Amino acid sequence: MAIPKVLGVETEYGILHTGVADPNPIAASSVLINAYIADLARKVDWDFEDESPGNDARGFAREGSMPPEVETHLVNAVLTNGARYYVDHAHPEFSTPECSNPLDMVRWDKAGERILGRSMEAADRILPPGQHIVVYKNNSDRKGNSYGCHENYLMDRQVPFARIVQHVMPHFVTRQIYTGAGKVGTEAASTGGIDVTFQLTQRADFFEEEVGLETTLKRPIVNTRDEPHADAQKYRRLHVIVGDANLSEVSTFLKVGVTALLLSMIEDDWFGDGGPGPAHDFTLNAPVQAMRRVSYDLTLARPLDLATGRSMTALEIQWELFGLAKKYADDRGLESIGPEEIGRDVLNRWEQVLGGLESDPSSLATQLDWVAKRQLVEGYRDRHGLSWDDARLAQLDLQYHDLRPAKSLFAKLNMERLVEERDVVSAVTEPPRTTRAYFRGKCLQRFAPAIAAANWDSMVFDLSPSKETLQRVPMMEPLRGTASIVDRLFEGCTSPAELLERLGS
Amino acid sequence: MPEREQKRRTTTTREDEVVEEAAPAGTEKADKIKAELDDLLDEIDEVLDENAEEFVRSYVQKGGE
Repeated sequence: MAIPKVLGVETEYGILHTGVADPNPIAASSVLINAYIADLARKVDWDFEDESPGNDARGFAREGSMPPEVETHLVNAVLTNGARYYVDHAHPEFSTPECSNPLDMVRWDKAGERILGRSMEAADRILPPGQHIVVYKNNSDRKGNSYGCHENYLMDRQVPFARIVQHVMPHFVTRQIYTGAGKVGTEAASTGGIDVTFQLTQRADFFEEEVGLETTLKRPIVNTRDEPHADAQKYRRLHVIVGDANLSEVSTFLKVGVTALLLSMIEDDWFGDGGPGPAHDFTLNAPVQAMRRVSYDLTLARPLDLATGRSMTALEIQWELFGLAKKYADDRGLESIGPEEIGRDVLNRWEQVLGGLESDPSSLATQLDWVAKRQLVEGYRDRHGLSWDDARLAQLDLQYHDLRPAKSLFAKLNMERLVEERDVVSAVTEPPRTTRAYFRGKCLQRFAPAIAAANWDSMVFDLSPSKETLQRVPMMEPLRGTASIVDRLFEGCTSPAELLERLGS
Repeated sequence: MPEREQKRRTTTTREDEVVEEAAPAGTEKADKIKAELDDLLDEIDEVLDENAEEFVRSYVQKGGE
């Protein structure tokens, strides 16, 4: 049985500090986040004790592989909505709280954008006149430097990792047709002779390996980081680095919803013995090349070679995955990715978007990022008769992702919404009710001064002077600590000591 | 799997973006989108920084992740 897909998205935002001669992105990121949290309750430090990003899902710790640097001296906050907001490398990064369905995922991902927006306003208030910090939700600077938007999916530890790799790889390559955020031109050293004026994704240029632990160089399509932030005997967290940062809600919903559904199918061996048969295998002959081939193909018509000898387009592979998913939904249900109506909506929108891509991609201009951006860029290009290398088109590309409401081109496009803005605004401070993020968020709302540290899978309370030792509350089950339990726990609870007493009893 | 029309466009010019055989509601929607895009293109130069080349050159990020 597929386990519930607890979800999360981490986004590294692009950052500019304008009005200074020698901008430092690390300092600017710190200023940005500090400005935001200065207004909030006492900042809670993130606790790194259980973090081991060097572990590998294939079951070995590689000699000489360096885990990503842990920058404990930098800003690192936990928010009352259960999110983590911090400086990673030279970017502000927002990690959503754990969500239990793809619609919540959209809501808290959007809440992240609002938090970055408020941070810019807060920074403007403390920066010297003429200086601004500006944030972009994109994945590249158009000069070969990329930063990520990573998805996370809780999975059953018992599922062989090789099976996950086999079936998720063709999906990651072909889902680009609806997850892409679009890019003018290319940053790849070689495009195999293709003249790339516009491509579907921000990220395809940057993937060089099929499977691996790295995230900053030699990026793999399937990342093997094995750090479940939960009971490691039971769970793995599939860490997905191959996606674009989406502004479109439909793109995010499908990116996360379809992937979660396919992972459930993999858990139930739906492509193999557990499925409708015969076994389905979409293994690509050259996935790394296929990533770019798909991203560069605006006609959506170029075929990819499969290991089985078949030749299929990305769209055809997605149609077959959809057909299998539909059968799976009828046979096994959609429970593992959330409430039935949300799962049905994933299927319906997936079908509708694939149909639109097939008949007329421009019909999806209010739904998908790459289509919206392409229409904007081509419209501007035609109107002014520009060549593709004109800087104004590159500028449009970047400014699509600008998070300032007055400057954001995305914001001007009237894209379809899946969540009400008031729900996004409440998610800036409120945690999801259906995961352990609720416990984390509520503890911070109620007892922030007594919380010494927080992590995905624990909270540490400092009850001094009444108690000398720090008390750790483990949270190894991502679906424990939801509103149904926590609200009762907190009812009438007046102090953190009382809370811990109740937890202990 | 639903029945699918094998109709694929291979050109990328703006004229092709109008769907000829769309239902009236679709045409209406497409017209509305096009009108909105035209409005946006009208005002876009006010939104963009004046010196595109300088802006694009100065947009430099460190790699992340």
